[in-house]
Amino acid sequence: MLKILKYSFYDLMRSRWSYVYFLFYLALGFVLLFLNNDLSKAVITLMNVIIVLVPLISTIFGVMYFYNSKEFTELLLAQPLKRTSIFLGQYFGVAGSLTMSLVLGLGLPFVLYGLFKSDAIWDFSLLLITGAFLTLIFTALAFNIAISNENKIKGFGYAVLLWLFLAVIYDGLFLLSLILLEEYPLDSFSLVATMLNPIDLSRTLILLKLDISALLGYTGAVFKSFFGTNLGLMISISMLLLWTILPIWRLAYKSKRKDF
Amino acid sequence: MIRIENLHKKFGKNQVLSNLDLDIKGGGIFAVLGPNGSGKTTLIKSILGMVIPSKGSISVLDKSIKKNWKYRQEIDYLPQIANFPGNLKVKELIRMIKDLRQKESKEDELIKTFGLETFLDKKLGTLSGGTKQKVNIVLTFMFDSPLIILDEPTTGLDPASLIKLKELILQEKGKGKTILITTHIMQFVEEMADEIIYLLEGDIYFKGSIQQLMAKTQQTDFEHAIAAISIQTTDA
Repeated sequence: MLKILKYSFYDLMRSRWSYVYFLFYLALGFVLLFLNNDLSKAVITLMNVIIVLVPLISTIFGVMYFYNSKEFTELLLAQPLKRTSIFLGQYFGVAGSLTMSLVLGLGLPFVLYGLFKSDAIWDFSLLLITGAFLTLIFTALAFNIAISNENKIKGFGYAVLLWLFLAVIYDGLFLLSLILLEEYPLDSFSLVATMLNPIDLSRTLILLKLDISALLGYTGAVFKSFFGTNLGLMISISMLLLWTILPIWRLAYKSKRKDF
Repeated sequence: MIRIENLHKKFGKNQVLSNLDLDIKGGGIFAVLGPNGSGKTTLIKSILGMVIPSKGSISVLDKSIKKNWKYRQEIDYLPQIANFPGNLKVKELIRMIKDLRQKESKEDELIKTFGLETFLDKKLGTLSGGTKQKVNIVLTFMFDSPLIILDEPTTGLDPASLIKLKELILQEKGKGKTILITTHIMQFVEEMADEIIYLLEGDIYFKGSIQQLMAKTQQTDFEHAIAAISIQTTDA
């Protein structure tokens, strides 16, 4: 698997898109720091961008890579290699190079600005960790969609829909249900609903870490008492892990049964 | 060498292979023939483990291929359409395949035979169809495996390269290897094949030598004999 990972990773490192992605984050990091002139504020703005953009780019890039490397995959399938290694190798190659672009692209400007001497370092690290998780999760979901759909157009459609659902529609439905059910106690419902969407989960995690939960009123207090504790943090991280592992597992399962 | 029992394959509602039995003892050139859509490529891909059978069993070199991937170390496969990752250079591709296989290889000799020296630093995406096919041939023949599977090996080749390919195939046959070829060029089959496996509607319709085929169809010309089997069945 490591060999496939290596080749996929090299292949991507040489492609223009990795650089575009890297330069985009680099520019974003510098511009935010320049405009805000404050690390913590830049981290908050960055969060809003990361939460929406990382899933979108990972999804699109994942689907695109899977379909584009069809020939490479077929070449590998005739070699003495295990199927799961081929697909997991490619997956980690893509997710790895995306994560690297993200971490380096954002990390560089912040380090240059004096991140290590600032209090924001933990917030910033959490931001990068959730960013990495979102990349892993959405690339895995994208690979899952691509492996189940021979038709590229359909695959792309489903991938974009998935992103739209988790990034936008889910929140809408969530809010709607909160309004409709306002007579009932909704603490645990909203906790669970937050946990079930990796984007919401990441957002809540970062917001609470940034200590601006006071802005969220009563719900904020409930959330704070849950996510703020070590247990809450552990549960959230395990949820993110679960969100990563399940699609990867399905990818491995599907890859063993597919015809090429 | 290859033993296939009761092989079935369905793609959705489309039954491509049905109840196919095949036993190839080994040594010699076997031509897998049949009209378009008769299941030739599916049969080959099943042997390679790229297509997973709906039913039945396949064993290569006396080992079942189910949930097994190491046996592919003993197979050299030339895919039908030489589609390679476009932004790799020829020599990078060769190096990669060598690295993945970890086997002794003789690519230099083959590169010289097919005159690919000047293309080594070119990206695969920029090569012509025929040159790609030559790269494909180099990748297939550079290892020394007892089983060679060629899916339409002649596609896009110029006459000079075709002659070299034939020599190469005969040379490998001389080493006692088993070579499976699918093609639509009957002249190539007539010249090369020791045995013919004729597929029709997902099953083996005829297996035997060219002489046996001509005797069966009462034809004196091989091309007509092949055409005659197709016609016989449409009548039946």
